[in-house]
Amino acid sequence: MLHIVNKSPLMNSALETCLNVATGGEVLLIEDAVYAATVGSTFEPRLRDALVKFKVYVLQPDLDARGMGDKLVAGVTAVDYSGFVDLTINNNSCQSWL
Amino acid sequence: MSDVKKFMFVNRKAPYGTIYALESLEVVLITAAFDQDVSLAFLDDGVYQLKKGQQTKGIETKNFSPTYRALEDYDVEKLYVMKESLDARGLSEDDMVVPVTVLSSAEMGALMDQQDVVLSF
Repeated sequence: MLHIVNKSPLMNSALETCLNVATGGEVLLIEDAVYAATVGSTFEPRLRDALVKFKVYVLQPDLDARGMGDKLVAGVTAVDYSGFVDLTINNNSCQSWL
Repeated sequence: MSDVKKFMFVNRKAPYGTIYALESLEVVLITAAFDQDVSLAFLDDGVYQLKKGQQTKGIETKNFSPTYRALEDYDVEKLYVMKESLDARGLSEDDMVVPVTVLSSAEMGALMDQQDVVLSF
């Protein structure tokens, strides 16, 4: 299962709930959710915990747009748009945590 | 002019994920054209609006962060950033694309009390 989250972790509980409810699999952070995978955020420890249970990806263009390209937390994989497509193809299902 | 009012724009949302940050900037420029006393406040995810190094080519969206640097040409020079919000995001004053004044939440609250009009985005 691919879990897609697009909300900032400090302003919305979507990612927190996703990480608590989902049993595992892959998590793709897009749009404002990319801030969750940046060094120094108060969410960083929570994300590092999640790396044990999930494979976590961020969408590189969204990270770059926000000026956060050099702050990606180690262990998180950056993908481009074709990588996004590959993730949706390689998983049996997708869930968007809107 | 005696009818100058103190306007504060309170920005609490990250850029690009929603349209709020860009819309705020548009209204700030309009207000400045009317020679009002304009302040901008950045709280919570709003501080991300001022992050240096934004590169939006990949999302095919206009990078409006350089516009904050043009604000002084419109005599908009009061930019306030809340310290607690920077700290929570691992950011510092050096990460900001323009010179800002960093305030504690208590100082920010006091500044809000002085305004005639507060507009939230």
